[in-house]
Amino acid sequence: MIKVENLVKAFGAKRAVDDVSFTVERGEVLGFLGPNGAGKSTTMRIITGFYPPTSGRVTVGGFDIVENPLPAKRLIGYLPENAPGYADMTVHGFLAFVADLRGLTGDAKKKAIHRAVETCMLDGVLYQTIDTLSKGYKHRTCLAQSIIHDPDILILDEPTDGLDPNQKHEVRSLIKRMGENKAIVFSTHILEEVEAACSRVIIIDRGHVVANGTPQELKARAENAGAVRLTVRGIAAAAIGAKLAPVALRTEILFEQGGVAVVRVYPQERGGNAAFVGSVAEFAQREQWKLDELHVEEGRMDDVFRSITLPDTVKRAA
Amino acid sequence: MNSWNNVKAIMKRELGGYFTSPVAYVFLVIFLLLTGFFTFTVGNFFERGEASLVSFFTWHPWLYLFLVPAAGMRLWSEERRLGTLELLLTMPITTWQAIVGKFLASWLFLGIALALTFPVWITVNWLGSPDNGVILAGYVGSLLLAGTYLAISCMTSAMTRNQVISFIVSVMLCLFLILAGFTPVTDLLVRWANPAVVQTIASFSVMTHFESFQRGVIDLRDIVFFVSVMGFALFTTGVVIRGHRAG
Repeated sequence: MIKVENLVKAFGAKRAVDDVSFTVERGEVLGFLGPNGAGKSTTMRIITGFYPPTSGRVTVGGFDIVENPLPAKRLIGYLPENAPGYADMTVHGFLAFVADLRGLTGDAKKKAIHRAVETCMLDGVLYQTIDTLSKGYKHRTCLAQSIIHDPDILILDEPTDGLDPNQKHEVRSLIKRMGENKAIVFSTHILEEVEAACSRVIIIDRGHVVANGTPQELKARAENAGAVRLTVRGIAAAAIGAKLAPVALRTEILFEQGGVAVVRVYPQERGGNAAFVGSVAEFAQREQWKLDELHVEEGRMDDVFRSITLPDTVKRAA
Repeated sequence: MNSWNNVKAIMKRELGGYFTSPVAYVFLVIFLLLTGFFTFTVGNFFERGEASLVSFFTWHPWLYLFLVPAAGMRLWSEERRLGTLELLLTMPITTWQAIVGKFLASWLFLGIALALTFPVWITVNWLGSPDNGVILAGYVGSLLLAGTYLAISCMTSAMTRNQVISFIVSVMLCLFLILAGFTPVTDLLVRWANPAVVQTIASFSVMTHFESFQRGVIDLRDIVFFVSVMGFALFTTGVVIRGHRAG
């Protein structure tokens, strides 16, 4: 549905987006991750036709966004960053205006507004002006605007920004539900959101795509992914490390006090495998260690994010 | 027609925007008070002893100088400040439809303000028997004049997200369009410059073209002048908006 090829956007000498390529198909929810100023919003603005690209090509549903913008834009629903809205309009007036621009009339328009209001839970504020709304309601109003014409493609720039935890959860499940038959791209800072809603993740840093894969694949890139954590009683942590040396890359002592030791054992290959846990367990049994807990670590998204996006100098200091 | 529907949707929103905020009412009241004041007090409507609206129309270029930029300054700068420009331009409409829709809505609003001066027309018809053809020509000219100023305000509004700057710049540009053909200024210029040069500059002025309307002459050349200034200013608006997006 969305095809981005070698996209470049320069503002003066600065390249905000530098050679970005990816595709999104129907049924996919693509999470767009990256530090502030990485080029997420700029990329989304190019896809939606707000900024023309400096070079490269974006096609939306087969239509080139530069050469054939109107049919491409008809397929897209867009929630811009900070969820803008006309301050002096009521929520209903605003949605009706967007429905007009989307070419909805009569009964279809009425139904579309009703559906969007219901989906985004805006019943209570329908006739309030937008400048009197709380941030959460303002955000949901703009979200309602983006789905009013039931688009095939949704581009959402930080859709959960400014929402409370319940609303965040609500929007996340909404995205997941809609993602079953739409192509969705959404950007976020919240890593748990990516795991909860995305089928694929792209990490973008300083204008470049630095990672592209499923959340599981990315988590496997974490340093401690596949490592085994052992809690053992009655033996010195150092001794455990020495014993496990033949099978492990290295061991790390996390905690040692009062005869209880917690160590993390890293597999020889990054990401580990089932056999590694087996061999550690076997070792423990053979040595007759008093094992309290044995746990395979999954790797955390924020570790991956940090290791990929932090500049090397900062990484060393951290 | 699809594109006309888009223009209409934009117009509806823009015109609604005037009337849901105090802007429209403040503008209308001040416009009507000032036209009344200038016509009857400063313009010596009664002392003239003639059944015409000359003292009414003479002041329009000066009144509009401040009021039209005030009505037009928010057109685009407000969109940029609120961030709704991004929303608007990612809708399936062309930039042109947005520009024309916004312009027409504001022009219609100024037309409403102008139409509300009808008591002046009633007064002059009650007191005497003026040539209503001349008065109609005056209204047409006044509306074209307002549209010209408005298009310039549109352009300056697109240039900045600050409404004050937009206002001041458009007042300056409109003032130039007045002074270039304002008799005291042209009389002064003739002393230094070749009369042909002065006349060429004066032909760029709204004064020169508005005067014939006041005399009751609807000349195609004057209409072409006003319409082409509007066209130029709106075209520049489009270029400026495209410029922002290109980065």
